[in-house]
Amino acid sequence: MGLLAGIIMDKSQNVRMSPDSLPDYLTEAIICFVDIGRTYRMGSETIYALRSIDMVIKPNEFAAVMGPSGSGKSTLMNVIGCLDSPTTGDYWLNGRLVSEMNDRQLAKARNQDIGFVFQTFNLLNRMSALHNVEVPLIYSGMKRKERHERAQHALEIVGLADRTLHRPLELSGGQRQRVAVARALVTEPSILLADEPTGNLDSTTGREIMSLFDDLHESGNTIIVVTHEQEIADHARRIIRLSDGAIVDDQPSGGH
Amino acid sequence: MLLGETTLIALQSIRGNLFRATLTMLGIIIGVAAVITMVALGAGAQQAIDEQMEALGGDILSVSSAGFFSRGIARNQQTLTTGDALALAQQSVSFGGVVPEINGRRQIKYGNKNLNLTVLGTTPNYADVHLFSIATGRMFNQSDDSARRRVVVLGAEVPNMLDTDATGILGKTIQIRSISFDVIGVLEAKGSSGWHNPDDDIWIPLSTAQFRVTGSDFVETISIKVREDSSIELAMVDIESVLRREHKILPGADNDFSIMNRKQFLDTRQEATEIFTYLLAGIAAVSLLVGGIGIMNIMLVTVTERTREIGIRKAMGATNGNIMLQFLVEAMVLCLLGGGIGLALGIGAAYIAAEFAGWQTQVSFVSVATAFTFSAAVGLVFGIWPAKRAAGLDPIEALRHE
Ligand SMILES: Nc1ncnc2c1ncn2[C@@H]1O[C@H](COP(=O)(O)OP(=O)(O)O)[C@@H](O)[C@H]1O
Ligand SMILES: [Mg+2]
Repeated sequence: MGLLAGIIMDKSQNVRMSPDSLPDYLTEAIICFVDIGRTYRMGSETIYALRSIDMVIKPNEFAAVMGPSGSGKSTLMNVIGCLDSPTTGDYWLNGRLVSEMNDRQLAKARNQDIGFVFQTFNLLNRMSALHNVEVPLIYSGMKRKERHERAQHALEIVGLADRTLHRPLELSGGQRQRVAVARALVTEPSILLADEPTGNLDSTTGREIMSLFDDLHESGNTIIVVTHEQEIADHARRIIRLSDGAIVDDQPSGGH
Repeated sequence: MLLGETTLIALQSIRGNLFRATLTMLGIIIGVAAVITMVALGAGAQQAIDEQMEALGGDILSVSSAGFFSRGIARNQQTLTTGDALALAQQSVSFGGVVPEINGRRQIKYGNKNLNLTVLGTTPNYADVHLFSIATGRMFNQSDDSARRRVVVLGAEVPNMLDTDATGILGKTIQIRSISFDVIGVLEAKGSSGWHNPDDDIWIPLSTAQFRVTGSDFVETISIKVREDSSIELAMVDIESVLRREHKILPGADNDFSIMNRKQFLDTRQEATEIFTYLLAGIAAVSLLVGGIGIMNIMLVTVTERTREIGIRKAMGATNGNIMLQFLVEAMVLCLLGGGIGLALGIGAAYIAAEFAGWQTQVSFVSVATAFTFSAAVGLVFGIWPAKRAAGLDPIEALRHE
C-alpha cells in the first residue's frame, strides 16, 4: 500500500508531476489512476460512472474487477484502454500522462500498450481469423511477411492454429473469443484488458478462456479481467470491487 | 506505407457488396461514358469542318437559281445560264475563276458493272478552282468543251467501284445513260466533305452535258472564286449587279438567284457545333456530378453501417488519419473503377457512332486524361465528407453502435 500512500500524499500537496521527475510509483507502474472521475450528463442530471478512483497496476499483476451491473466496471476498463476519457483526474500509462496525448499518440497507445478483449468479441466478420489478428499489426506498420508469422504464432498460442482461415461466423463462441485474445496479445502489449470475456460463453468454454488467461499470466503478461462471477475472479491474484463508481474493496485474492 | 493495405481493404469491402457498388458506380460510369462520347463527337465534327474548310481552298461564293424567294413564295425555277457565267467571267476583275456546273445522278456502265453516280457537267477550270488535281491522264480542256466531246474524268474512287484501277480504265470507254464516253483522266483522292464524297463523282464537259443530257443551256450553280486581293462583300455586290442586269430585273424587284458564301456557312456550322459540344459536355458533366452525389450518399450509408468496424479499428490502434484514408480510398476506388468502365463504354460508343452511324469521332488522350482526373476528383470531393465523419467518430460510441 506504499504506492497508494504516495499518490494520496501528492494529491494532498497538489503537486503537478513533470514527466522527467516522476516519482517511483509512476515509473514502476503500468497504470496509475489519480482521482479519476467520469460523469455523464443526462439532461439536468449528472451520472457518476466513476468517482475519484485511485489505483495502481504493476507489471505481471492479474486483477479482477467485480461489482454489480452499472457499478462502472466497463467505464473503468474503457478509460484504462484509452477508448474513453475521464472527466477529472490524471491517468498515467507507462509513465505518460494520457490526457496530454494527441490522436496519433492515443492510437499508438491503444495499438502498443493495450490489448483489449470485449464481451461481444468485436471481430471483423468479413475477414479471416488470421486477418483479424493482423489488424493491430497493420496499424503498427509491420511488413506483411512478419505480420503473417506473428499472427499465426498468436493463433497457435490460443490453440487455433488449424482455424486461421475461418471467418468469425464459421467459429464457435469460445473460438471467436480466442481469436480476440490472440488479437489482443499479438502486439505484446504491456497490459491485457478483458471486459466480461466469458459473459457470452457457456461455463465450460468460459473456464477454457480463463485457463488461457492463467497461462498468459504465467508467461509474464499483466491482466485485468472484469467479471461478476466469483469463479472467474478466483483466477486472479487481486480483486478490486466497485460499487456505484467507487472502489469499495481492493485485496489480494485468496483463491491461490 | 499503409496505402497498399488500405486499397486492399477498400477492394475487399467493395467486393463484399458488389451489387451495391455497381449501382453506385453506375452514375460515374454513365457520366464518364457520356463525357467521352460527347467530346469525341464534338471533336469529330470539328475535325470534319476543319477538313472541309481546307478542301474548299480560297473563298468561294456559289450562285444558284434553286430556292430563291419571290414575294414570300419559294420558287424552284431554273434561271441561271451558261450566258450568265460568261457575263460574270468577262465583267469582273475581282473573280479568280467562274465555274458553272450542272449535276445529276446517272446510270454508269462499264463492262458488266452498273453504278448510279453523280455526273457533274462543268468547265475545265473546275479542278483549279475547287483544288482538285489529276492523278492519271488529263483534265478535259476548252476544246473538249467547245466541241462537246464525249470525254470523262473519274473521281478517285470510281475505278475501284468499277472493279479496276486508274491505269486500267484510262483510255477505255464507259457508258453514261447508254452514251459512250472516253475516260481521259482520274482524279487524286480528296476525301469526304461530310455529306458528300466528291471522290465518287464523275466529270464531263459542261457543253457535252447540256447537249447530251439536259438539252438546255441552264446551269444549276455557278461557283465563283474571289481573288485574294478582293473582298467577299465586293464580289457579292459585283455578282448581284451583273446578274440583275443579265436577267433584266427592274430596280426594286427581287433577285431570281441566291448567293451563298460557303465559308460563312461553315463558320456558322462550326459555331453551332462548338455550342452543341459544350452543351452536351455540360450535360455529361452534370451527370458526373450526380454520380458523385450518389457516391457520397452510399459512402455515408457505408460509414453508418460500418460504425462498429470503425470502432474496432480505432480500438486496435487506427489513427483518425488511417480511418479517413480508408474511406477516402474506397470512394476513390469506386470512382476510378466507374471511370475506367465508363471510359471503355464511351470509347465503344464513339466507335459504334463512327462505324455504324458514320459520324466522325475522335477520342483524344486529353479527354481520356480529363475523364480520369474528373472521376478521381469526384471521388475526392464527394468522399471527403463521409471519410471525415468516419474519422471523427468516438471509439467507444462507435463500438456501442449496433
Ligand atoms: N454513454 C453513456 N451515457 C450515459 N450513461 C452511461 C453511459 N455509459 C455508461 N453510463 C452509466 O454509467 C454507469 C456505469 O456503466 P458501466 O460502466 O457500463 O457499468 P458496468 O459495466 O459495471 O455494468 C451506469 O449507471 C450507466 O448507466
Ligand atoms: Mg459492463
